[in-house]
Order: sequence, then C-alpha cells, then structure tokens
Amino acid sequence: MAVVEYKVPQSVGEAVEMLTDKTARVLAGGTDLIIQLRAQNSDPVIAVDIKKIDSMMTATMDGNGLTLGPSMSCAELTAREDIKAEFPGLVEAAYLIGSTQVQGRCSVGGNLCNSSPAADTIPALSANAAQCVIQGPDGERTVAVEDFVTGVGTNCMATGELLTAIKIAIPAAGTADAYLRFIPRSEMDIAVAGAGVSVTLDADGKCTAARVSIGAVATTALLVTAAADALIGTSIDDAALQAAADAASEASKPISDRRGTAEFRRHVVGVLTRRAAKIAADRAKEK
Amino acid sequence: MSEAREYKYIGQRSIRPDGFDKVTGRANYGADMTLPGMIWGKILRSPHAHAKIKNIDTSKAEALSGVLAVATYQDFPTADKKADLARNILADDKVLYHGHAILGIAATTSAIAERALDLVDIDYEVLKPVMDIRDAMAADAPLLHEDMITEGYAEAPTTASNVATRLEMKMGDVEAGFKEADVIVEGDYYTPTVHQGYIEPHACVVRYDEDGQSMIWCCTQGHFDVRGSTANILGMNLSKLKVIASEIGGGFGGKTTIYLEPVALVLSRKSGRPVKMVMDRDEVFKASGPGSATRNWVKIGAKNDGTITAMQAKLHYEAGAFKGSPMMMGCMTAFTPYAVENMYVEGFDVVVNKPKVAAYRAPGAPQAEYAAEMVVNEIAEKIGMDPIELRLKNAAKEGTQTIYGPKFKAVGLVECLEAAKNSPHYKAALKENQGRGLAAGFWFNIGGQSSVTLNMNPDGTGTIVEGSPDIGGSRASMQLMAAEEMQMPAENFRPIVADTEHVAFSAGTGGSRTTFATGMAVIEAAQDVIRQMKERAAAVWNVTAEQVDWADGVAINTAGEDRLTAAEICKGAERTGGQISGRGNINARGAGPSFAVHLCDVEVDRDTGKVDVIRYTAIQDAGKAIHPSYVEGQLQGGAVQGIGWALNEEYVYGDDGLLQNPGFLDYRVPLASDLPMIDSIVVEVPNAFHPFGVRGVGESGIIPPLAACAYAVSQAIDAPIRDLPCSPPSVLKVIQENS
Amino acid sequence: MAKIHVNTSVNGEPVEFLCEPHETLLDVLRNDLQLTGTKEGCASGDCGACSVTVNDRLVCSCLVLGAEAEGAEIGTIEGVSNKDQLHTIQQKFLEHAALQCGVCTPGLIVSTQALLKENPDPTEEEARYYLAGNLCRCTGYDKIIRAVMDAAETMRGAA
Repeated sequence: MAVVEYKVPQSVGEAVEMLTDKTARVLAGGTDLIIQLRAQNSDPVIAVDIKKIDSMMTATMDGNGLTLGPSMSCAELTAREDIKAEFPGLVEAAYLIGSTQVQGRCSVGGNLCNSSPAADTIPALSANAAQCVIQGPDGERTVAVEDFVTGVGTNCMATGELLTAIKIAIPAAGTADAYLRFIPRSEMDIAVAGAGVSVTLDADGKCTAARVSIGAVATTALLVTAAADALIGTSIDDAALQAAADAASEASKPISDRRGTAEFRRHVVGVLTRRAAKIAADRAKEK
Repeated sequence: MSEAREYKYIGQRSIRPDGFDKVTGRANYGADMTLPGMIWGKILRSPHAHAKIKNIDTSKAEALSGVLAVATYQDFPTADKKADLARNILADDKVLYHGHAILGIAATTSAIAERALDLVDIDYEVLKPVMDIRDAMAADAPLLHEDMITEGYAEAPTTASNVATRLEMKMGDVEAGFKEADVIVEGDYYTPTVHQGYIEPHACVVRYDEDGQSMIWCCTQGHFDVRGSTANILGMNLSKLKVIASEIGGGFGGKTTIYLEPVALVLSRKSGRPVKMVMDRDEVFKASGPGSATRNWVKIGAKNDGTITAMQAKLHYEAGAFKGSPMMMGCMTAFTPYAVENMYVEGFDVVVNKPKVAAYRAPGAPQAEYAAEMVVNEIAEKIGMDPIELRLKNAAKEGTQTIYGPKFKAVGLVECLEAAKNSPHYKAALKENQGRGLAAGFWFNIGGQSSVTLNMNPDGTGTIVEGSPDIGGSRASMQLMAAEEMQMPAENFRPIVADTEHVAFSAGTGGSRTTFATGMAVIEAAQDVIRQMKERAAAVWNVTAEQVDWADGVAINTAGEDRLTAAEICKGAERTGGQISGRGNINARGAGPSFAVHLCDVEVDRDTGKVDVIRYTAIQDAGKAIHPSYVEGQLQGGAVQGIGWALNEEYVYGDDGLLQNPGFLDYRVPLASDLPMIDSIVVEVPNAFHPFGVRGVGESGIIPPLAACAYAVSQAIDAPIRDLPCSPPSVLKVIQENS
Repeated sequence: MAKIHVNTSVNGEPVEFLCEPHETLLDVLRNDLQLTGTKEGCASGDCGACSVTVNDRLVCSCLVLGAEAEGAEIGTIEGVSNKDQLHTIQQKFLEHAALQCGVCTPGLIVSTQALLKENPDPTEEEARYYLAGNLCRCTGYDKIIRAVMDAAETMRGAA
C-alpha cells in the first residue's frame, strides 16, 4: 500500500491546503480507501485524516433541516433518533453499508465521495434532494447530489476540494422516504440494485410530489422522473406502484457482472422501486 | 465390541484442552510465528489464464534494495521435476490459470518484496483459455498439456486432449434394469467451482541451515505430507526436514497439499535467512485448490411400487490445470446410498484453465450425489411416493453390494431415514412460497496410519503425543478415549500434536480419519500402558501379570488384597524398570462409512429469486459420538458449507479466464444472519471395527445439502432446478421460464 | 518514508510504537506489538477475524491505519480475560463448543463483547446481524449463537 505520509488537519482550511497536493487523498473511515490502496499497489499517496475536524464528524437537525458532517460514522448516524424520524430511508441506507465493524468507520460522505455506482446512500440522498457543500481553495460551492457523481468512481471534486457538509431541507408535511437494496445474502454484500423513494401525500392520501432514485443499474445513481411521475397524482395504488416499477426498470442501464446479470438488475430495480414506494407511502400516511 | 458397554468418559461434553489458548488469542496459527532475522517472501502470479512464458527478467527486482533472493522453477533440482505438483507450485514454461505462481521473491519487508514483484519483466505468449468442461472436451479445444493422452480406454486414443482419465464402474445390467422400470427420470446437472473458504490463509515460516537441516512451520492438515512432498521436490532426505504443524485455521481438504513451502525453503537457502510467506486472500482464491466444477448426467428407473431398477450416470469433473479431480470418488459414491442391482457410472477427469483442484470435504461426492438425489426426489414425486419411503425401500444396509467392491457391514442409513421421518421438522407444515427438500449422503471415511505415544509422568498423569493436526477439536476426543481406556479422569491426559521429529509418521487429518484412526492408536497406546502398569504391579507383588486386573485406573491383585493406583505405579517406576510409555503405531483398517440425511425448508421471494433457508435438520450416523458437541459441530458445519454451495458460492470467471471474485465480498459464504439454527440428530450405529464403534463424521454432512436445498427451492417455485448455485438471478430465471 | 511515532493505549496499558504510514493497525498489532491474537483473514473488512475496538467502537483493524491509533484506546482479544479468569463470553464459547479451528474465535469474542455492551439483551436475530461481519466457516454459527445468547443471559444475571 502506497501511503507515504499521514497528515491530520485540525480545520477545514488546513485540510483544503493539504489537499491541494495532487497526491493527497482524504482518509475518513478508510473502508474504501485502504482497500483500494492495497489492491492497486498505487502511486505514492498522502493520507489526510480529516476526523479531527469537528464539523466533519457531527450532524445537526434544526428548522433548516439536516446538516450532516460527511465523515460522521454510520454507526453514530443510525443511532440518531432525530434524523431517523425525519429521514428513515436515508438512515436505512446508511445502516446497510457493510458489517458492524465497517459501520463504526464508514460514512455517508465517504460513500458519496467513493462514487461507486452501487453506493447505498446516493439514491437515498437523491430521493431527499440532498445538496453537497464543497470547500475549495477559492471558496465554497454547493451542488445537487445528482450532479456530484460524474461516473464510475469519479465525481465533481477538484484537487484541493473537500466535501464539508451534506444538507437536506426539512421536507413538506406528509413526506417520507424509504430505501431498499437487493443483495444475494442478508448482509455484507454490495447492492445488486437499489431504490430510494420519497413521496409527499396530501390529507386525502394523494401523492403530490415524489422522487425516485435508483442505484447499481447504471454508471451513476439515476433520478427517474418517469417513475416519480407515475406516482404523482395517484393514491399510490397497485397500478401506480407497478407503473413506477416499470419506469424504473425502463430507465435502468445495467451491466452483467459477478453480482448479477443485466436482465436481473433491470427486473429487480423495478421490484425494489415498487416496494420502497409502498413503504414510503405508508410512512407518509403516518406523518 | 460389546453392545452393552457403559462408557464413563466418552460421550461427555468436556472442555477441549486447546480451547483456552483459542479463546484468549494465545494459540499460534500459520502466520503467527516469527523467527530472529526473518524476512518476507511473496509470489509473483500469472495475470493470464493460459500463456506461454517466453522470458523472465528479474534483474531489476534483484537490484532493488532489500531484495535478498529470487526462486524460480529452475531452482527445483529433482528428477521428479516434471511432476504436476512442482509445476503447480511454480510454473515451468507455461502458466495454466489466473494466479498461477511463477516465482518467489524474498526481501527484508513484505512491502519491498511486493514492490520487487512489480519490477519483474515477463514476456508472455497469451493463449486462449479453456474455462468449461464442454469447451475443454470440444474437438478443437486448445490443449493445456500437448502430451496428455486420455487414460482408461481399452485402446488408448492416438491424439492428445484435455481429458486426463475416463473411468467406468458397473454392476448388473442397466439396460435390463431400465426395461423393468415403470418410470424413468433423467437430467443434466451443473455444479460450480467452489472454495473451501477456510478463514486462515496459507502461511509458513521456514529456515534452511548451513548444513541443509531445515525447518518448516506451517498450517497444514498433514505435516508429514508437507515433509514428504517438499523433500521430494527439493531432493532432500526426510531426516533433514522437520515440519511443525501450527494450529490450523480451517482446511476442509484444502490444506492437504503444499503451495508455499518449497519456494520459501529455496528463498531461505539462497538468502541465509528465515523466510515467512503468507498468502493474501485473493491468492487463496486464485491459486489454492478449490473443489471441482462438474457437469453430470443421471438417469434412474423405478417401478411404481418404488423399487429402483437401474441407476446410470455420466460424470464430468474439472481437475483444474493438472489432472486429478476426485471424479473417481464421484463414481464410487453417486448411487451408494441405494441397494440396486443395476448400476453403470462413467466418469471423466477434464483439465481446464483454473487452479488445480484440491480435496474439499468428501471430495467428489457432493457433486455426483447432488445429481443422483435430485433425480431420486423426482422419481418419488412422479410415482407419488414419500421421498423417505422411497429411500427406505431401496436403502443400502448391512450386506448391500457396493459398486466399488465391498459389501457393507452394519451402516446407519435406515436409522437416519427413520430419524428424519420421526423428526418434528418433517411433520411441520409449510406456507406459501416455501418448499422442503430431503437428501441422503454417503461417504466412505478412511483409516490409515497413525502413531501415538502415551508418555506417563511420575505422578500418574500422561501426555498423548499424536501426529494428527487438530482441525476441529480432535484433541478433546483423544483425551476422552485415553481416559476411557485407562479408566482415569480425562484431565489427567494432555494431548499434543507433535512435529515430524517427535512422533512417528501419521497420515494427515483428512477423510474423517483422525478420531477413528488416531483414536485407535490412542487406545492401543493406552492398552500398552495398562499392560506395563500390570507388569510393574505384578513385579511389586511378586505375582504374574495375568493375575493383575485393571479397573478405574487401579491395578488389582486378584490373588490378594493389593491395590496400586496409576500414580503409585508411575511414582515407583524408577525402581521397577524405568518410566512407562505406551505406543500405538497402527495402520487402521475398517473405517465405517457414515450416512447422512438432511431436511431443508426454504422460502423463496418470487419477485427476486432470493432463497432463505428457514429450517434445517442434519442427521448423521456417528457410530459412537466421542464428544457429542464436536460431532454436532461437524454436522452443522458441513450442512452450512453445503448450503453455501447450493445457494450462492461460485467462482465467476470472465471470458478472458480471469477470476472476478477472489475475495469474501463476492465469493459469498454463508453469514450468521443468513441462517437458522441447524438442528442436528446424531444416530449411533456402532462401527464393528472400532473399539468404541466410532465412524468418521467430518465429511458426509456436506453432501446432502446441495440436493436438499435445491430440491426445496424447486418445490417452493414449482419448477425444476438443475444448476447450482441457486443464486437469485438463476432462480428468478427458472421462475420466469416456468410461469 | 519516515516512520510515525504513535502514542496509544492497548488493553488499558500505555503503548508507544513506530510505524510506516502505510501500515494498518492490524500490521502494527501483529508484527510490531506481537499481539497475534488478532488474525488476518482477508485484509479487506470482509471476514471480521481482525476485529478490535478503537475507543469502544468495533472495527476491522485491517481497515485502520496504525497512525490513526494516536491518542486512542485499543481493545484486543488479549485484553478480554482478567488475569487468569476467562471472561464469561470466553467461558461460554468453550462450554458450547462454539469453535472448531478457532481462527475466527478472537474476532468473534471481541465482537460479542461489543454487542453485549451495546445491547445486553439481544434477540437471536439481533445477535446474528450484529455478528454478520464475522465469518466462521467451521461451525455453521449454531453453537456460536447459542454461546452468545447464554453469555448474554449469564452476564445480565451477574449485572
């Protein structure tokens, strides 16, 4: 493994300065980075451990919504009842990453920055219209989560930039989310397909807004407006659910690999969309 | 043996004597050894599945600071050089699978050794890989070995092929048998390449001294076999090589051969330093010895009353890169649970560009018996007979003629089937999308050579010195058997696994032989000690040894009132002729076959093809369970490995012949959260050839799960399963094709 | 590459070590501190054999850099028993024959300790999911789960 230097910045400013070195890599939980560096026998890398920066490791829920420190461990996040109450789907997605051991280290920000097509939290973030706050040498910018990931393992971050917060606004009344993924075992696998859904129901149970994002079926997570449209205006009955499922399958562009065939993924992402939308709708009714 | 014998020690659930070291982290496994001055060795492996090596240039690697030695195939000196084992350990002029070892480099740190591997330049001529039996047997298939002529035909073929061996076994007349049948079912079945999946990677620490005296510390199922194979490849005298078996972190057959040891010794000789080598997990998957993928065809005929009239099979086993799959074991076991007169089995051992297969728990049997049991279940369904009743009607029992020669002595298949029939599991109702599967399994078990010395201490306690690596608690069994024979408390005996210099040759731990064969050696050594104890007591009392009895660890003078305890005799040994030590060096015959019957309930998600095992019962004949907990553990562990084989485990290769899933992330072994409790029922039909009736229990348990799970799935989805694994994409496809 | 000087605590005792920047906590424990009870099964976080706690949080030590141990409290299998007294979890693993080869056992015991600290009264399902990252290839998990549940009950009784 090619880590040749280990640095511990105490502030975002210090971290950004360290990250202007092209060989620098952010070390948060390390559950992707350390594996990748070992597997690749890569060129020399400076590990910048940002876990001593308080804002990277904490989350706040207030009237503006959720401000999530990107490196807060999923174990800490999933223990936060206040966040779970508002965004159960996001917390479920975070909970699904890896084993108990991995949960103690992995983070939503890490999952996002690793930018795997199969990342569990990305469809869940996207369903909640999350925004990514990025600090660079020249200042701060904010991008929608759909624009953050640009391809398999690539994202919009330039050298010197650090993801400093993930923000989700408090949703409209009657809104709830859900995330489901498919894996061959009960745990420990990478998603073969995933679906994050958020729906808003009015007092009559009519769907007035929806977001559907699917994972592991294209080079990036896909926000499927056709699937959302299939739900909007309905009472999320079986026909609407099936239409959303079909739209998700239709929108998917999966590949065949060691985790599943393309046709399997296309089918299952529809099943997951249907099931997740049902769960989200049931939750919205409770709200 | 006496049927009515009451046992005092065996059958107890004692605390294993090696357990304390294992729950505290003190136990030393293969990678846990360090020697002064030790350096690290790493292996350079083929990035191609099939290629000729045109040239190797190690000059840049050797120039790297910290690199102390390089070992290649050319360093293997012996006449036996062309042997497959040597060419598997380091490739000669051809690499035959992704990950095939090419050379070893030793350096002062493992990081430097790894960097040096990147500096080796190799010119390859890449060849088309052959990744499946069908491709390998095609007329125009690229050949792995251009001189390989199929063995086993009356008239040898004139041209080379990828078929190493063809074998035929028969009894009676299958054609006549099929004519008598009312129902005939046949089918093609596929099982994938699977790995034993032991958690501890292969590891060794070696030292080669100036006088050629050498030491290997390694994790192995058989350190005498490591000694023999390594000495053979390096042209060494056995007395020059001492092998110490570390604690072993799982093997399941996969640690019955060698990979690193000869390379490490060459590196140690060349560098003058002790060398440690540890495989990474991806190396274990790519380049140790997995279990064969198979393509098997089975045809069975039966009368409407359930009498099976004929059984026929054509079995194809992948050997990996070098000949030697367990195809013959498949032929011998496929139909052996059945007392049927007419059987015909044909087998083929086929080489492909995958790692050379090694033993995997009941090697060869799960694949063949999977196909056979699936067809038997289908017969039961066709004639409307309960699958247990069908098996009871045809079950092999005492006197049944086997296809491979002997007639069975007492065996426990009928008892296992009855236990299944009477189990609460078999009577429980199923719900929607659930299915139940049942299958039987047969495995021979082996005996063989075991050597034991029982050294008595002056206080009457003793050390059991054995040569069988303890992979699952066998030291606890040895302790109990010594206690039973000596009629003394188990904690008086300390069992140890000695190195190759401190105990005579013992065959490796495999074939479910250790508790049976090494146990017999322990009993014999204990009897030897008792005999000597009686002689010493007789000398003290001035009577003949025949006048001395032994009971409850005490010598009794039948001609008087005298008593001498073991402790008293041992304490006085100095005055009666020196210390007492018993010996049991045996070649054990009469290993009793062990039959197993498993019941599996699954629930299938029809939308995704995902299978959950919701209830499982493993039933097996142990002859006599020496330590019931560890016997149950074998049943449960075998069952779960079989469940993994049935449901999710498989090697996935790309079209380029490269392994896509060399890790525990995508080679999906069962997790704690995947499973229910595994109910186990231990049946005891004593083996007449063992003093306590022991049968080996380690292997049979992996055989039935393949068909029990797959048949349960087919019941749940109401469609036939043929190919393993029953992974979600594969099951969903069957559902969709049948709806 | 300069070695890094790290001050940490292992099993309650102060420890200092020098490590390369690329070395993992697992490498340091095994090769530098000779604490070989923590095992390497995969080096990718998929098997749990290297489970340790860092500041009371269960992690795979193969996915932590040695340098990250600075100022932390590390707990390993070597710290589970109390002098010559086995921990209840260790005792229950022995009584239930919850190990065969034993190589996954240190990781499982450290993980079980973390589980029961977080949740003294887990259901069987909770225990199975919490321990899903600890592979055992020998036992089929049955006896492990029984040992865990029995240990939990015993520890609750003692508490």
